[in-house]
Amino acid sequence: MATASEATGALGAVPRASMQPSGPFLRRRRLVGRLVRLVLFAAASFSVFVTVGIVYILISESLVFFGHVPIVDFLTDTQWTPLFANPRYGILPLLSGTLVVAGIALLVAIPAGTTLAIYLSEYAPVAMRETIKPLLELLAGVPTVVYGYFALLFVTPLLRTFIPGLPGFNMLAPGLVMGIMILPYVTSISEDAMRAVPRDLREGAFALGFTRFQTATGVVVPAAFSGITAAYILGMSRAVGETMVVAIAAGQMPNLTLDPTEQAATITAYIVQVSLGDLPHDSIGYQTIFAAGLTLFVITLAFNMIGFYLRRRFREVY
Amino acid sequence: MSNAAARPVADRLPSPARPQARAGGLVDLERAGPGAPADADVAPPPAPAPRACKADVRGLSFWYGEFQALKDISIPIAESEVTALIGPSGCGKSTFLRCFNRMHDLYPGNRYEGEILLNPGGVNIIDRRTDAMLPRLRIGMVFQKPNPFPKSVYENVAAGLRIRGIRRRALVDERVEQALRRAALWDEVKDRLDDSAYDLSGGQQQRLCIARALAPDPELLLLDEPTSALDPIATARIEELIDALRQHYTLVIVTHNMQQAARVSQRTAFFHLGKIIEWNDTEQIFTNPKETMTQDYITGRFG
Amino acid sequence: MATDAARLPGGIDSRRLIGRARRVDLAFAGAGLLVMVVAMAMLMALVLDLLVDGLPRLSWDFFTNFPSRRPGRAGILSAWVGTTLVMIVTAALAVPLGVAAGVYLEEYAAKNWITDVIEINVTNLAGVPSIIYGLLALGLFVYGFGLGETILVAGMVLALLTLPVVIVATREAIRSIPQEVREAAFALGADQWQTVRIYILPAATPGILTGAIIGLARAIGETAPVITIGALTFIAFLPPAPIQPEFPFLSFEWLNSPFTVMPIQMFNWISRPQPEFHVNAAAAGLVLLAMTLLMNGLAIYIRYRIRKGMR
Repeated sequence: MATASEATGALGAVPRASMQPSGPFLRRRRLVGRLVRLVLFAAASFSVFVTVGIVYILISESLVFFGHVPIVDFLTDTQWTPLFANPRYGILPLLSGTLVVAGIALLVAIPAGTTLAIYLSEYAPVAMRETIKPLLELLAGVPTVVYGYFALLFVTPLLRTFIPGLPGFNMLAPGLVMGIMILPYVTSISEDAMRAVPRDLREGAFALGFTRFQTATGVVVPAAFSGITAAYILGMSRAVGETMVVAIAAGQMPNLTLDPTEQAATITAYIVQVSLGDLPHDSIGYQTIFAAGLTLFVITLAFNMIGFYLRRRFREVY
Repeated sequence: MSNAAARPVADRLPSPARPQARAGGLVDLERAGPGAPADADVAPPPAPAPRACKADVRGLSFWYGEFQALKDISIPIAESEVTALIGPSGCGKSTFLRCFNRMHDLYPGNRYEGEILLNPGGVNIIDRRTDAMLPRLRIGMVFQKPNPFPKSVYENVAAGLRIRGIRRRALVDERVEQALRRAALWDEVKDRLDDSAYDLSGGQQQRLCIARALAPDPELLLLDEPTSALDPIATARIEELIDALRQHYTLVIVTHNMQQAARVSQRTAFFHLGKIIEWNDTEQIFTNPKETMTQDYITGRFG
Repeated sequence: MATDAARLPGGIDSRRLIGRARRVDLAFAGAGLLVMVVAMAMLMALVLDLLVDGLPRLSWDFFTNFPSRRPGRAGILSAWVGTTLVMIVTAALAVPLGVAAGVYLEEYAAKNWITDVIEINVTNLAGVPSIIYGLLALGLFVYGFGLGETILVAGMVLALLTLPVVIVATREAIRSIPQEVREAAFALGADQWQTVRIYILPAATPGILTGAIIGLARAIGETAPVITIGALTFIAFLPPAPIQPEFPFLSFEWLNSPFTVMPIQMFNWISRPQPEFHVNAAAAGLVLLAMTLLMNGLAIYIRYRIRKGMR
C-alpha cells in the first residue's frame, strides 16, 4: 500500500506516490501478460498443427493403401475401379478428368481474366473500377453447389444446341462454369500486380507515344509478369481442387479420356462419391480416398508454393 | 546476362545511313551515317542557324481542377537551342513542360487554354481536337528519376521505333546505335545490348532514357530535372551531353539548379507562382536581369 | 482535326499511324467491356435460372417440412436448422482462434524463423482444397478422436476452412491502426496486452467482423468437406434443441447429433433424376444464395460504415 508522501504531485491534493502502481499489481500484470502471450502463440501455431495433421492423416492412410497396391500400378494403371469385384487402382482416369476440366476452366479464365484485369487497371475510370470489383466478388461468392446446378441444368442444355448429342454428363459444361468461377481470382490478383507497377514507367511509355494498349502490353504486363503468373497458378490450383461443380455436372464415372464431351470423374468427385456411400472404416475402398486425396494435395501444394514464391518475388521488386 | 553469341550492332550494319532531311528544309550534314561519330573531337559545331521558332507558346493557362497552375504564359522556344526553366519549387515549371506532350491528359480533371504551336506545321498541341499522340510522336521527354522499361538495353532504345512501325532489323539497329552514341552511352553498352536495363548504374540508366527519347528522332526534347537524382559525376556527363545534343535537337530543360541553367542553356525563363516573370538570353538573365524578383531569386534571396 | 502535321522523320505518316494505333486501343477496350458484360450476363442467367425454376416452390411448407420421398412434400427444415447450428459452432471456434492468431502475428511475433513457418502455413492453408480438410476431419476427428459424424465435427472442419480468412482479416485490420495509437498507449504506461485489449482490438473490431462474416458466408456454401465427414442426406428429424425446458436450460446434446446442411440438401435433390426434385433443388439454391448474399451484404455494410466513420 502506498503511503502518503510529503511531495504532492501536480494534481495538488493527490499524493504523487499513490499514483504509482504497487508491486503486486505489476507482478500480476506481468504474469497475465506472459500467459496471454502463450495463449496467443498457441493459437498462431495451431495452423502448423493443422498442416501436420493433414499430412499425417493423408500419408498414414495412404501407406496402408500402398501396402496393398503397388505405387507403380497406382500411377500407371489406366482404370480406376476400386469398388468392383476385380478392383483396379490406376489414378490416371481421375487425373485426366481433373486436368481436362481444369484445363477448360483456365482456357476461359486466363484470357478473359487478364483482359479484364488490363481493362480495369489501364482503361477504366475509378468509378467503374469501384462498381465492377464488388460485382466480381459476388461472382466469387456464389456457393459451388449452385454453380453445379447451373452447369447441369442450364449450361449443358444450352451447349446441346451447338453440340447435338452432348451427353447429360460431360466435362465441357462444368469446365466453362468453373472458368467463370475462377475468373474473379485471376482478375483480382493480376490487377493487383499491374497496379503495383510504378506510375513513372507508364509515363515514360506514354511520352514515347504509346497508346494505353501498347503501354499495357509492352510495359505493364511484362513488368507485372511474375505477379500475373502467380494469378494463373493460383487459379489453376483452385480449379484442380474444386469439387461440387464436377460432382454434379460431370458424372461420377472414371473415364480416361481427353474428350470434353464425355463424362468423367475428377479426384474430388470420387472422394465425394465414396463418402456418400457406406464404406467400412478399415476397407481398402476407404483408404482409396486418402490416396486420391494425397495426390490432390501434392498437386495443389506444388502450385501454391510456386504461386507464393512468384508473388513474393514480385513484391520484392517493387 | 549477356548473350555471348550476339554480335555488336556495328557488325550488323550493312550500309551507312542516308543524310536525313529536317522537315523545315535544313539538311543536317552532321548526321550522315555511322562513319561520323557524334562525340568525336572534331572542330566545335558551327554557330547555330538563325533562331527559327520551334514552338510558340501563346497565352497558355492551365488548371488542375479548380487550381490555376499556369497563368497566361507566352514564350517562343528557339530551334537548336537549350531553353532553361528555373524558379522555386511549385512554381509551375514542370507543369509547363508537361503541357508540351500532353502528359496531363493521363490524369482526370485538367484543363488547358491558349496555344502551343509546334513548327513546322503550326499545330496547336493543346487543342482538344489534336490527338494527344501527335505531339508525343514528335516530342521526346526525359524524366527526373530514370525510368527504363523492364527490358534489355536494346529493346528500351528500340521501343519508340517499334510503335512507329519501324520494323526492318537493319534500320532499327542503326537508329539504336546512333541514339546510344548521341547519348554518350554507346561505348559502355555496345557489348551489353541484351543485358537488362536495370543492370546499369543510375547515371547510365538516365543516359539510356535519353537515348530512348532520341531514337525516334524527335523535333523537341523535354528534360524534367534530369540530373536531380544523380551524383555529381553523372550530372556533369549529362550536362556535357546536353550541350552536344544542341547540334541536332531543340531542348527545354527544367532545373532547380541555377548554375546548371547558366552552364547549359542559351535562353532562360524564370517562373514564379505559375507565371513567367522574365525570359531572355541566359547571359542577360544572370548578369543583368530586368525584374527585381528575378534578381532576388538568382542571388538566393528566396526559393 | 487541326492542321495536318508534316510527316514525321523517316517518312512515317503520323495520321495513319495514330489512326491505326487508336483503333487497336479502342478494340481492346471493347474486348474488356465484352468480358465484363459476359461475366455479368452469366451471373444474371444463373440467378434468373434459379428464380424461374425455384421461386414458385418457396412456401411456408417448404421451410417447415422435412425431406421426403415425395418431392411435393419435401422441405428444408432439417437443412436450415442444421446450417444454423453448424455455423454457430464454426463461428465459436474460428473467430476466437483466428483473432488470437492474428493478434499474435501482428503484435507479438518477432521476425524469426518460427514466425516465418507460421506465416507460410497460414498462406498455404488458405489454398488447400476444401475436400482435403474433409479428409482430415474424417480421419482424425470422426475416427481418430471418435467424435462421430456430428454437428460438432462439421463445425470443426468448417472452422478450419474459415480460419485463414479470419487471420488475414484480423492482421489487415490491426495493420491499418496507426502506430501513434500504440505509442500513446505505451507512453501512458500500458503494457502490451493492455494496449491490445483496450486500444487495438476495439479499433480493429469492425475490420475483423467484416472478414469473419465473409469467411462464414463462404462456409455456409461449403459442401464437399461436410459430405466427406459423413453428413447424411436424408435427415427427417431435428437435433435436440439447445434450449431445454428443464434445468440447466442449456444443452449441448445437439453437438453430438447427426445432421444435414443446406448445400448438401440441394446436392442431394439435384442428384436425383426426377425433375420435381430439381425444382426443390432450385428453391433450396435460392435460399442458400439469399443467405450468402445477406451475409456478404452485411459485411459490405459494415465496411462502408467503417470508411464513413474514419472521415
